[in-house]
Amino acid sequence: MSNKVIHAIYNDDDILMDAVKKTRAAHHHIEEVFTPFPVHGLDKAMGLAPTRIAICSFIYGLCGLSFGTWMMNYIMIQDWPQDIGGKPSFSYIENMPSFVPIMFEETVFFAAHLMVITFYMRSRLWPFKEAENPDVRTTDDHFLMEIAVNDNEKELVSFFENTGAVEVKVIEKH
Amino acid sequence: MYTFSSKLKTFSFILMAVGLLGIGYGFLSAPKDIQAVEAILAADAHGSHHEASAEAHVATEESHVATEVAHEATEVPVANKVADTATEAHDSIQAPVASEPAHASTEAHVAESGEHKVDAHAEHEKHLKHVLNQLQNKPWAALYVACIFFMLVSLGVLAFYAIQQVAQSGWSPVLFRVMQGITAYLPVGSVIFFVILVLCGLHFNHLFVWLGEGVTDPNSANYDEIIAGKTGYLNFPFWIIRAAVFLIGWNLYRYYSRKNCLAQDEAHDDSFYKKNFKISAGFLVFFIVTESIMSWDWIMSIDPHWFSTLFGWYVFASFLVSGVTIICLVSLYLKSKGYLEYVNTSHIHDLAKFMFGFSVFWTYLWFSQFMLIWYANIPEEVTYFVTRIQDYNLPFFGAVVMNFVFPILILINTDFKRISWVLVMAGTVILLGHYVDFFNMIMPGTVGDQWFIGVSEIASVLFFLGLFIYVVFTALTKAPLLAKRNPFIEESKHFHY
Repeated sequence: MSNKVIHAIYNDDDILMDAVKKTRAAHHHIEEVFTPFPVHGLDKAMGLAPTRIAICSFIYGLCGLSFGTWMMNYIMIQDWPQDIGGKPSFSYIENMPSFVPIMFEETVFFAAHLMVITFYMRSRLWPFKEAENPDVRTTDDHFLMEIAVNDNEKELVSFFENTGAVEVKVIEKH
Repeated sequence: MYTFSSKLKTFSFILMAVGLLGIGYGFLSAPKDIQAVEAILAADAHGSHHEASAEAHVATEESHVATEVAHEATEVPVANKVADTATEAHDSIQAPVASEPAHASTEAHVAESGEHKVDAHAEHEKHLKHVLNQLQNKPWAALYVACIFFMLVSLGVLAFYAIQQVAQSGWSPVLFRVMQGITAYLPVGSVIFFVILVLCGLHFNHLFVWLGEGVTDPNSANYDEIIAGKTGYLNFPFWIIRAAVFLIGWNLYRYYSRKNCLAQDEAHDDSFYKKNFKISAGFLVFFIVTESIMSWDWIMSIDPHWFSTLFGWYVFASFLVSGVTIICLVSLYLKSKGYLEYVNTSHIHDLAKFMFGFSVFWTYLWFSQFMLIWYANIPEEVTYFVTRIQDYNLPFFGAVVMNFVFPILILINTDFKRISWVLVMAGTVILLGHYVDFFNMIMPGTVGDQWFIGVSEIASVLFFLGLFIYVVFTALTKAPLLAKRNPFIEESKHFHY
């Protein structure tokens, strides 16, 4: 079975947004859209599910807070409760204010870094990863929409030529 | 145009009436002399040592003195004890550190008191006088806290409004008239507050120790060397003139800003808008200087032996977040009644973000002030927090829960920041929390351990709440709720986040 896709190329983000809306209305399946910069509202127009990365980050932050609390409690209170300059190390709560800067920084550190790593993993980004852009111009000033072709190649080509595309290509995908 | 709903008007009148009755009751039921105080204290001690109540008082007084002594002496015993117990630290001593030495010295003092009956009696009289002053302060302090709180909330709204003008924000112009309505309380609140300050100066109460008679006179029994050293700043004429200058300055800005804003509606160019921009920038400079001095004059000087450098910012954060919360609540109310056509959930979302952010900012300053003083533990500074933690434990830490833990957990969610009932709930907790914050700042220096959130306190809040509602919603009826020719109004109408 051939695996054909259409590459419709635009040179304006407003035209792209209109084309996306028309494509969705005509029930053609959009595989991917490549843009040189974030187009505000594109995810909504494409009907993409909202990201859950903020929820991840919140949970990572709680992990960081727990880690900081556990670490300071173990080191300063449980393992070797020395008298350091008269600070009360009888229980965690008595010496808590001096641990807050560490707890705070651990929270932020875990929340930020684990969220970034989550982002890289979910977006499949890493050094030496092979770039996936189908047309080098999409990193500069062109917008590209990729649509799956079933048995309706002619119809699709004419549809996308009417949406203001500057170029419509049929590509054999491997 | 907004019409003041008759139900809300009646509600505000009821609040004011109930509040006035409660305030009156608070003043009437305050003890008049030492005998009344003795009766109150006897009623408190009732039960355990009924027949020996007088002696119990002596003991109480002694333990007060002893506690103070112990505080000063705590550092040394604690250090020793820690050294002793360092090896067996796993059986760590859970009891409050200060309590043991305090008990020991209490017993010692009580034992001595048998031999020095006369001294004990004099001490007892002194203690009764101390408690009498605290109890007589109570209705005044309750009035003072509620009065300054509502006045500063409207000042917080004014500062936020000026910032929005100067920042040329594109989202908030649809809310300018709401903000102006809320700041209409400022003139009214200022007058009442100024009257209370004058009454303090005329010795109707003992809210400000440094205003007391004989405090600066070396030959007086009341002479206080530390306060006497500060009279160059803390003297009544200078203090009251400063207060007048600050209040007049803020009210002038409010008056002209609103006047220009209304004139801009009818103008053919943007000259009034530009004028407002300039006076807002000027006001913000004036504001930040006067706000800082105001916090020393009206709040920090209640504890004239104590000082803190970031106190002005801390007070500012407290009333700024309350001000933003009030804007949010009033906007939600007006929106629910259908008066704010162009206010959408994105505007509310922005206000909620400010509530969230400023709550965290307040906590940051609260903690910075607390932790720096706790960490260094310099006796002359730390007494401020010792009295608060010992006598005001629940309000002191409860304020942190209400002003930080609750908002941060509720308002962190984007979806929640658009839901009215969530914001009303969070806003109510934030406002109550910041009332408690002001309570914590003012009460320990005026009524000490005699505090209680009773008739006086609740009635004062109800009275000023009623007055606030009445003045604010009356002012909202005076002008259209949407500014017409503001250069950013179109952007604001279509604001979407």
